[in-house]
Amino acid sequence: MDEFPLYLIPLLPLCGAAINLLFGRHLPRAAVAAIGCTAVAMAAVLAWKAFALLEHAGPSGVLTASFFEGDWIYATEASGPSLHIGAGLLFDRLSGVMVLVITTVGFLIHLYSTAYMEDDPGLARYFGYLNLFTGAMLILVLGDSLPVTFVGWEGVGLCSYLLIGFWFDKEQNAYAGRKAFIVNRIGDFGFLLGMFLLFSATSTLKYSELGAADSMGALQHAFLGKWSFAAIASLLLFVGATGKSAQLPLYVWLPDAMAGPTPVSALIHAATMVTAGVYMIARLHFIFAIDPFVLAVIASVGAATALFAATVGVTQKPIKKILAYSTVSQLGFMFIGVGVGATGAGVFHLVTHAFFKAGLFLGAGSIMHALAGEEDVTKMGGLARRMPITRWTFLVYCLAIAGIFPFSGFFSKDAILAGAFAFDADVPGFPHWLGFAIYAVGLCAAFLTAFYMFRAYWLVFGGKFRGDPHTFDHAHESPPAMTVPLVALAVGSALLGLLGIPEAMIAHANLFEEWLAPVLASGHAESPHLSAGLEWGLMLCASGVALGGIFLARSLYANGISPTADRIAEGLPRLYKIVFNKYHVDEIYDLLVIRPLRAVARFFWKVIDGLIIDLILVRGSALVVDLVGRGARFFQSGDVQRYVVGVIVGTGAIVGISANWTACNAAPFEVTVAGADVTVHARGMSPGQVARPKNQQLEYSFDFGDGTGEGKPQPSSVGKHHYDAKGKKTITVRVRDPRWDTRSKESRTVVIPGVPAEGRGGVR
Amino acid sequence: MTLLAIVTLLPLIGAIALLAIPAEEEGLHRGIGFAVALGTFFLSLLLVPGLTPAQWNSVVDWTWVGALGIHFKLGVDGISVFLVILTTFLMPIAMLSSWRSVQKKVREYMITLLILETGMIGAFVALDLFVFYVFWEVMLIPMYLLIGIWGGDRRIYASIKFVLYTMVGSLLMIVAILYLYVQHHEATQVWSFDYDELRRLVLSPREQLFCFLAFASAFCIKVPLFPFHTWLPDAHVEAPTAGSVILAGVLLKFGTYGLLRFAMPMFPSAVAMCAPYLTILAVIGIVYGSLVAWVQTDVKKLIAYSSVAHLGFVVLGLMAWNGRGVDGAMLTMLAHGISTGGLFLAIGVLYERRHTRRLDEFGGIAAVMPKFTAVFLIVTLASVGLPGLSGFPGEFLILLGSFDSWRTWGGMPHMFGFGSHPKIIASVAATGVILGAVYLLWMFQKVMFGPNNNPKNKQLPDLSAREIAVFVPIVIAAFWLGLYPATFLARIDPAVTQTLAQFRQKAADAPGKGYTPRMLARDSAPSATSATAIGAMDGDHGQPGHDHGSHR
Repeated sequence: MDEFPLYLIPLLPLCGAAINLLFGRHLPRAAVAAIGCTAVAMAAVLAWKAFALLEHAGPSGVLTASFFEGDWIYATEASGPSLHIGAGLLFDRLSGVMVLVITTVGFLIHLYSTAYMEDDPGLARYFGYLNLFTGAMLILVLGDSLPVTFVGWEGVGLCSYLLIGFWFDKEQNAYAGRKAFIVNRIGDFGFLLGMFLLFSATSTLKYSELGAADSMGALQHAFLGKWSFAAIASLLLFVGATGKSAQLPLYVWLPDAMAGPTPVSALIHAATMVTAGVYMIARLHFIFAIDPFVLAVIASVGAATALFAATVGVTQKPIKKILAYSTVSQLGFMFIGVGVGATGAGVFHLVTHAFFKAGLFLGAGSIMHALAGEEDVTKMGGLARRMPITRWTFLVYCLAIAGIFPFSGFFSKDAILAGAFAFDADVPGFPHWLGFAIYAVGLCAAFLTAFYMFRAYWLVFGGKFRGDPHTFDHAHESPPAMTVPLVALAVGSALLGLLGIPEAMIAHANLFEEWLAPVLASGHAESPHLSAGLEWGLMLCASGVALGGIFLARSLYANGISPTADRIAEGLPRLYKIVFNKYHVDEIYDLLVIRPLRAVARFFWKVIDGLIIDLILVRGSALVVDLVGRGARFFQSGDVQRYVVGVIVGTGAIVGISANWTACNAAPFEVTVAGADVTVHARGMSPGQVARPKNQQLEYSFDFGDGTGEGKPQPSSVGKHHYDAKGKKTITVRVRDPRWDTRSKESRTVVIPGVPAEGRGGVR
Repeated sequence: MTLLAIVTLLPLIGAIALLAIPAEEEGLHRGIGFAVALGTFFLSLLLVPGLTPAQWNSVVDWTWVGALGIHFKLGVDGISVFLVILTTFLMPIAMLSSWRSVQKKVREYMITLLILETGMIGAFVALDLFVFYVFWEVMLIPMYLLIGIWGGDRRIYASIKFVLYTMVGSLLMIVAILYLYVQHHEATQVWSFDYDELRRLVLSPREQLFCFLAFASAFCIKVPLFPFHTWLPDAHVEAPTAGSVILAGVLLKFGTYGLLRFAMPMFPSAVAMCAPYLTILAVIGIVYGSLVAWVQTDVKKLIAYSSVAHLGFVVLGLMAWNGRGVDGAMLTMLAHGISTGGLFLAIGVLYERRHTRRLDEFGGIAAVMPKFTAVFLIVTLASVGLPGLSGFPGEFLILLGSFDSWRTWGGMPHMFGFGSHPKIIASVAATGVILGAVYLLWMFQKVMFGPNNNPKNKQLPDLSAREIAVFVPIVIAAFWLGLYPATFLARIDPAVTQTLAQFRQKAADAPGKGYTPRMLARDSAPSATSATAIGAMDGDHGQPGHDHGSHR
């Protein structure tokens, strides 16, 4: 199985990126587009081939490969295990699904871009970045260890930064790009720390090794305070996921990210990159599942995000903003899925969402393309006849995201909600009705989703055109390069759900969950099984809610903005304003985080650096030196007699100090007491030291403090003595250096415990 | 083997040769100087094949002052070899970058750079502490001249500040070197400055502490570690581009190289005492440097403060004192040389065109200089530490190492309770990952993006062929270090492992149990007892030197 060149799947788009970025400006525009599309198409073909191989390999089969032999990063440790990080890739059932989505949807979006970006002067740069993104995303999902995934993780963040700020001459676009990168980096901070913690406990970062029994044991049984390593590490990794997948509280970058070209929003900020957090949690589900508290946190954050973003989506006017908040909300659904243990359902929603949300964005792009860049849905209307393909495909996507049977969103969202309903919530710190609460919140979000999507649908296609009539005259259906992807994605959005038909409808027809089961089964409770009746009930309930949302939208917006809609907004002015302004989260972050930090930074610079260190310490010490120097002029008078005195005193001091040094160093001693016998080791000179001539040897004398008096000076630094009586004795060692006649003395008191039977004392 | 001697002395010979050419022949001076630097680079590459990382290679040992035991002894191992190559790599690039911008005293300029190169290479490969000290001082003077003669408006202030700061440290260091020299003589009756000899000298904890502090003060100022860093922004701002490149790219590394090569291996018990404090300073440096960088208006100052943060990472890795941390520190030293060198070169390009470095003077440059945008973006991202570029492997290893620091080689006094837990400290340091992106992308956006409103910026010419030649090697090196660091780790890791093993062995010979001064046995390979030795250190260093009560 190892022969399959997996590494080509990410390398092909990367090569396309290299060609377009290095030489694209000198190539014809058609060639640029062709290179960009071909690279991804080839990757897609390879991916399908790998997928077919995987299917033959049976449930536990995987394909592996490596970019190069040997380690990418390593470090040897003398104690403890060494670090080895390879450059390996892993194509299993989970990453395989992801690769298919990325390359297939990615290719369609590349194709769409050839028409959408046709006239942009930065075409080569655009396709270069888009290919670079695809390559990085493929590395992210194919990485066989956390660090390799992290390479892709950061790579997609970079491409997101570059593509959001693609039209960099507008300050706010560049700002949005930077904001995206930095907020993502806050998440990456958590990702890194989570990684370090995992390594700390298990000494590996490879997925296959992390899942092994001993690693799991180490994670469960290592604690920091009262928290297990598994819990802290997975919470930290989840912080990373909230950054990349735009969950509360780090979602703020995604709505701004709409500054980039629309196909970019479709590819990066809807279909692929933002789902990386969900993928990572699914990949490491066995670690996240160790502590139910972590799962409950994930599900709660997901539910909160789903509802929060849906409420904002209801009020937004620019179509891309509506879709952006919708994405945040749908990602929340995916997190509910992986949080309540319905990991397969979460990934399933990821796949279906990739199709319908990419379609929605591309549809929005098609609309904006027709209306000369107009984004505001309140200035659209009546486009149904002008743009039939866009309209019908858009309707399919809306039905899919709203969760109408038999479109794909119905199946994936239902699976998540059923999972939440069945969530066995026995988590310390959370109420026992957590599962039901999440289900209820999810249902509310689903209602709002149906509402705001069909609000957008009718505002765009229904009623009469509300903008500049001149624009309307030019409105036309988009070229085939754009409509073909729209149709393809619509087919996917309509039919993909059939891969995941719930157990209650047809037994054993949930192909998707079955496919993922070998990867997701380990270490995980079986995905919840409700009784068929209950499941039918949940499905009906969800469908009813979705239909309710659609009908509400229809009654308010089917023929333009109805007076009732305006009246609601006016009736709740304060609430409407807060929601319309996205709850002022950006302003709050600015006030609470950014301004204080910059103030602190200024304080550091001006006060600590400028005043304390530079002025007081550095220049202050220079001042002291200056003053000392003035004083020292006394000795620099040119008066020879003064100099002679100085030389004599100085020499004397040096000789005195250095001479004393030897003797001082020699006198300290250690005492060994054995009964009444003591042995004194004066430190003396080093044993390895070459012996001095006889007349220069140090002289030691020992006084054992029992009245026998001081012994004769001797060259040996060892003195022995036998006491006749027990008790405290003061031992004194005197050392004389005959070279200078310098002396030193060291005393210590010892306790003599025993009285001897026969007395035989004295220095030997 | 004299290859190393040739590499070390070739720039000096070149400098002497330049003296023979009349000063008016500026083109000739530039050409010859550049050729010598380039030749030195290619020769230095020959050091790599056949290198045995964990021992001295191509050793040169010439008696210099026999009576005083001074030998001109040079040698490279896996730690120093890439630092030498970094030096020889950046020098021709720095020369090429100043081809146009330096028109004053060209002959003296080239001579200064070449002498500086010899000084730097020599200090990296010196195996005799006296020779090390000589080279250490030799590189100080040319740098002083570079800033003082070819620098900006406040060059005199900056150059004097630079010299005085550095001198304070060096003087303390020479005192410590002389103390070791005398103690070694006391123990063996042989006068020697030989590094391998002095390294085997066992001192009492208190002596170790004083010597370590003396060495460390020289190195920490050079690093520069917070709070000894204020000379750096001034020096960088006033230095010419080539000076900044060399200063940031190579000179700062002497601080961390010195800690790794001299200060830490020679004084194990002092390291045990001081490492926690230096770690705290390093972490402060990371956060503080990043934050201060963020509010700068002068691009060069911004990058200077970013160096404080990056070098903080290096010191953090060294103080972790395990394989990951030190390997990472070495990689980051190289990566910082590449990326920050590249950033200063990029700023140099802008300065040559606009004669200003103020952030608010720029904006929208990306529209007029696409090639420049690409290279500037790459070096910026390398500096941010994006995986796949040079900054990442080192930073990753350092954080990973410091996350498990102290566990691997001893305990740590709990100064701030739980706050001093290594994982907490490493986590604080990891915020540098966020802050790095904050200030660098801030800078990049201010300079490159936004509307191009300033009429002076509308007609800026893109990179010339010469400038592209300057950046291409930098970009290649940045990718190489990021994508395949194994080339470097294969040499660094064994040498670091060896250094750590020798340290353990010396630490295991627990200070105070014998007599001072004395020598460690020669050539004792790292023994199987090292594990117990670490245990012994754990117990020991709550009260360093406890069995030396008689000292006091």
